[in-house]
Amino acid sequence: MRKLLLSTAAAVVVGAPLVGATGAQAETLTLCWAAWDPANALVELSKDFTAQSGIDMKFEFIPWPNYTDRMQNELNSKGKLCDLVIGDSQWIGGAAENGHYVKLNDFFAKEGISMDSFLPATVYAYSTWPKGSDNYWALPAMGDALGWTYRKDWFARPELQAEFKGKYGRDLAPPKTWDELKQVAEFFQKREIDGKTVYGAAIFTERGSEGITMGVTNALYPYDFKYENPEKPYDMQGYVNSPDAVKGLEAYKAMYDCCTPPGYTNAYMQENLDAFTSGQVAMMMNWFAFFPGLYKNENVGGDKIGFFVNPEEIVKGSTLGGQGISVVAYSDKQDAALQYIKWFAQGDVQAKWWSLGGYSCAKSVLEAPGFADTAPFAADFLVAMGQVKDFWQEPAYAQLLLAMQERVHDYVVANKGTAKEALDLLVGDWTEIFEDEGKL
Amino acid sequence: MTDIPDRRTVAERVAAATPDGLARKVSGFSDRTIAWLFIGPTIALLLAINIFPLIWAVYLSFTNYAANKLNATVAWVGVRNYSRVLSDPDIWERMQATAHFVVWTIVLEVLLGFGLALLINRQFRGHSFWTTVVLLPMMLSPAVVGTFWKLLFQTQIGPFNYVVSFFTGIPPSSFDMVGSVALAPWSIVIVDAWMWTPYVMLICLAGLRSVPDYIYEAAEVDRASSWRTFWSITLPMVLPFLMLAVLFRAIENFKMFDMVALLTSGGPGSTTELASITLKREAFEKWRTGYSSAFAIILFVTIFGAANIYVKALNAVKNR
Repeated sequence: MRKLLLSTAAAVVVGAPLVGATGAQAETLTLCWAAWDPANALVELSKDFTAQSGIDMKFEFIPWPNYTDRMQNELNSKGKLCDLVIGDSQWIGGAAENGHYVKLNDFFAKEGISMDSFLPATVYAYSTWPKGSDNYWALPAMGDALGWTYRKDWFARPELQAEFKGKYGRDLAPPKTWDELKQVAEFFQKREIDGKTVYGAAIFTERGSEGITMGVTNALYPYDFKYENPEKPYDMQGYVNSPDAVKGLEAYKAMYDCCTPPGYTNAYMQENLDAFTSGQVAMMMNWFAFFPGLYKNENVGGDKIGFFVNPEEIVKGSTLGGQGISVVAYSDKQDAALQYIKWFAQGDVQAKWWSLGGYSCAKSVLEAPGFADTAPFAADFLVAMGQVKDFWQEPAYAQLLLAMQERVHDYVVANKGTAKEALDLLVGDWTEIFEDEGKL
Repeated sequence: MTDIPDRRTVAERVAAATPDGLARKVSGFSDRTIAWLFIGPTIALLLAINIFPLIWAVYLSFTNYAANKLNATVAWVGVRNYSRVLSDPDIWERMQATAHFVVWTIVLEVLLGFGLALLINRQFRGHSFWTTVVLLPMMLSPAVVGTFWKLLFQTQIGPFNYVVSFFTGIPPSSFDMVGSVALAPWSIVIVDAWMWTPYVMLICLAGLRSVPDYIYEAAEVDRASSWRTFWSITLPMVLPFLMLAVLFRAIENFKMFDMVALLTSGGPGSTTELASITLKREAFEKWRTGYSSAFAIILFVTIFGAANIYVKALNAVKNR
């Protein structure tokens, strides 16, 4: 009996550190993000982090249309579901002011992580609040912008080339302006190709979350749309509803009216992907994040697909997408979460991130010699990131966004009023929101 | 030997069956105290999950509270939220859309439901099978119904357009049930009528089966025509049931959310954005908690007031 007790005690003494080690290994971080192609790449990438740190990674991926709702509810209720969140750029104002994210300045200083090693546009958009300040709430994680894909194989057909040249006096090529974009889309609209009726372009018309606003702003920015008077913040009259902005909105509606597939009244990224991959449209507006997957697509990828930057008009401009990675202030595992960010910021990890299909924002990747040749869309991505503009990032962004969703959907899809009236009403809505916020 | 019937009251019998120990323990309590002990937990639960949130919502409706700004100071704004809701032209548009939906769904469901009940009330071969088939739609989840009707209404591949095309000759992809401003309000009416007509039918069937046969026999003896029998016997006897069905459907459709949210998301534009969808957007997407509380109270008072008036009318019909 004595022997049994001694051996049990010895086993406990010897085994205790092992149990402790196992306990440390069993620590798990939960990372929350949207469910889309780059999220799968992140799962693959994070295996290296687990191998190095012994910390397991768990992922909560939420479909895009519900992502903002779900995460805002989670953060507002001080939920502990996520230790790390890759949050949309527009959330940063609210998340910073309401204390949802951990401020990262001290951590960056301590670990020697410099924001200078990331593309300035991404640092400004994904990390800082107030805008232009040096207060960092996120590390730029996933660069993104709206771009376009087109059916390179259709554009290359000699009979279509000849017909287009006869009609417009130029080659059938990726459009450089919004006027050209509409002409190309009109050219393909209801055309018979390989015995199938095809349509001009798939654009965003979704009403429930952010779809149509992202699409419309992609037209407004090239028409020199400004959110406010650069000299007087929140002064929107004459800027949001400027004559050029009206033209931009009209251009988007013209594209919707002339050149989208039938019943295209509530389409966002997935619907556009479906329309393009099923060979229904000649061109598609979508986020660069999807381009690596599309390039690999069996039906429309490889030689059949081409990419182009959002066409210009008065100026150059593209709608910004993308996200930064933040530590949730309500997490009990903030140290481990910061460890993940430190690992993620490393140059070699960023290089692998790009190679797996994620869009790194690190200069070491984007400014490396030969980067533009690493993928057929890489050069366009760099151009797009150089001309991006983002929606309001104010704490009241959700109200601002939904007001715009309603006004532009009413005009573009429901034919309600004119473009000028829609933008005038939008100025009214936004003014009321900023008055409630105490900013006007 | 015959059993002598027990003529004691239920209370006396329960008292007799109660063990002596327990009886001694509660003997000091009055009947009222014991009644409160029984209903107390239920009332406490009701207060906690119904009455308190209602009072809290009334309070919030007079403030500028926003549930996403936890650190912000909450200020009393008086009736500003109410005046904003009532003077907002968009809110009145949503109320019009809601009224269109409620009125037309009820009209269709009552007509079709009553018609189906008259048919099902007759005995025919396969009667039980067809009754079950007719009841199937109301057994589905509204979210499922919204999602699959979205597919059925799909312009290019949806069977609905092909069926319409077959009967009318209109090209299938030339109209869009959920994307057209003119058709979308009718698409939600069609789907709701499809789903809930069986429910109205069921209530009407209960009404039809409650009419005693001897009344019809008397009408037959009096050589009343079928039309006369319907107007003078069937309809008046079923009317209270019908009115009850209208009340249930009106309340349900006034707060309709899930099916319409899944089917049209309130679009195109704001064409099918019903009051409850607006309420959800204001409360949990725009986070205007004070404003949305005011809107919720206004909706509550509207439904409560209308239902009260209606119930009085229902009682008047029943007491005729």
